[in-house]
Amino acid sequence: MRRLGLRSVAIFYLVAILLGPLAMVFYRAFEHGIHPLWSSLTDPNTIHAFRLTLEITAIAVPVNTIFGVVCALAIVRRRFPGAGIVNAIVDLPLALSPVVVGLMLFLLYGRSGWFGSWTSAHGVQVLFATPSMVIATIFVSLPFVAREVVPTLRELGDEQEQAAHTLGASGWQTFWRVTLPSIRWAVIYGVVLTTARCLGEYGAVAVVSGHIEGQTETATLRVQDYYENFNLTGAYGIAIVLAVISVLVLTAMTLLKPKESA
Amino acid sequence: MSIEVHNVSKRFGSFQALDDVSLDVDSGSLTALLGPSGSGKSTLLRIIAGLEHPDTGEVRLAGEDATVLAPQKRGVGFVFQHYAAFKHMTVRDNVAFGLKIRKQPKAEVRARVDELLELVQLQGFGHRYPAQLSGGQRQRMALARALAPRPKVLLLDEPFGALDARVRAELRVWLRRLHSETHTTTVFVTHDQEEAMEVADRVVVMNAGRVEQAAAPHDLYDAPANDFVMTFVGDAVRFDGQLVRPHELELTYDADETTREAQLDRIVHLGFETRCELTLDDGSPITVQMTREQAAELELAPGQIVLVRRPRVRVGGELPDVVG
Repeated sequence: MRRLGLRSVAIFYLVAILLGPLAMVFYRAFEHGIHPLWSSLTDPNTIHAFRLTLEITAIAVPVNTIFGVVCALAIVRRRFPGAGIVNAIVDLPLALSPVVVGLMLFLLYGRSGWFGSWTSAHGVQVLFATPSMVIATIFVSLPFVAREVVPTLRELGDEQEQAAHTLGASGWQTFWRVTLPSIRWAVIYGVVLTTARCLGEYGAVAVVSGHIEGQTETATLRVQDYYENFNLTGAYGIAIVLAVISVLVLTAMTLLKPKESA
Repeated sequence: MSIEVHNVSKRFGSFQALDDVSLDVDSGSLTALLGPSGSGKSTLLRIIAGLEHPDTGEVRLAGEDATVLAPQKRGVGFVFQHYAAFKHMTVRDNVAFGLKIRKQPKAEVRARVDELLELVQLQGFGHRYPAQLSGGQRQRMALARALAPRPKVLLLDEPFGALDARVRAELRVWLRRLHSETHTTTVFVTHDQEEAMEVADRVVVMNAGRVEQAAAPHDLYDAPANDFVMTFVGDAVRFDGQLVRPHELELTYDADETTREAQLDRIVHLGFETRCELTLDDGSPITVQMTREQAAELELAPGQIVLVRRPRVRVGGELPDVVG
């Protein structure tokens, strides 16, 4: 009885918070048939927004994957002083509101900011352009790989690496042949979470992008754009595409992951 | 390859793991580092392997200074207590690891791996993963992996510590035989005195970061350097302020100046041996060991009063040359 009660609470909660709204989005998108949905999605500015989101994701994910693995190794293996501080700082983007992140970048790269005067002197447009959006996205999606890899590395211990050293493997060989294969599922899971975060990022990007239609508008900003212009079908349509991409990535990972990763 | 350790000290925070330790291991020997946990034996082994670096002191391998040499360049094979198997590789890939790192030709690698799998009796297990092996099989795989690149020194850190008693006994015999075939200089760490005495030519007894005594097994037992070695290697009891072996004490009914009264609490029959647990007249417990025949002759019964006689000749913890 008690278990049944707990289960229904969990299911009710999921339906109310997650599945209900998602179903509503699907329903509303197709409310007026496929045609208005299709024309909203194939609008050149919408296509550009999707492409920009994918471009930013394609840069931010590899950067944060490499950084996350290096960071996790530094935190767990403690090969340098100050590893504890790094461990704390990695979580900062989770604690900061993305809008605050955007504002920080705005102040740094603005015309009178620390870096802004240097970049504009060298003719590089950071704010209201792709670079600032990439930086903002990297910042907010930074912790995921490290957060997944750190506990796995801890559990793994360093005996296998030491064994590899005594067998003649250099640090680099040990990383590629022993460490990375052992943490690969944590890395992949981190990559999936990072990708989802990058695709969905809104707040920080909204602040630094300038929100220029067809130029610095990402898919999530495009949703807002449609919504404010009463094109609800278009807004729901983009939302669906973003949701489907995320579900596909999650499903692909679940299918790829072996039942027992011994 | 000979190993020399000169005046090595190592500290972990406030814990002095090794305190001015010196040790010589002859080329081709089979040496045990024996001691209780925290005695520094594993740290010493890891320093020889290059997995730890000493704070002070020197390590020489084959006469060459190796104190700061990377573990990759020492030509040592290392076996860990918990196997350190590469879990994502098959048994065959585990064993081949050191050879592939050295970029040996594929045919040679295959031949060497086959040879080693046969040596550790794991033919037919080559395509399994470590998770599909028993503890004993995993440790044999780890041994094969360590031996594959033909190391000049084989170092084993509590190699049988995680295995059950029967597998331990098997692997001990097997290690002994392996050594007599290959004559690779071998050093293994253990906290089990029986294991050390049974397998090694030479036993180094360690305690609290220091070497207490390094000697052949029978010398450790017959001529322990101090009370620690006496109590750690073999049984010892205190009688009249002296440490003695339980079998050196004698039970008798004839009183003289070397005997003391005791009450017999319990008689334990251990096959060939009989162990008597007694309480001396001052209330301290003591154990006396004798053969079954001796016990039968005395017609002992629990609860009775008997006399304990200390060994005829033993001075200051040291046994004289001739033991009565």
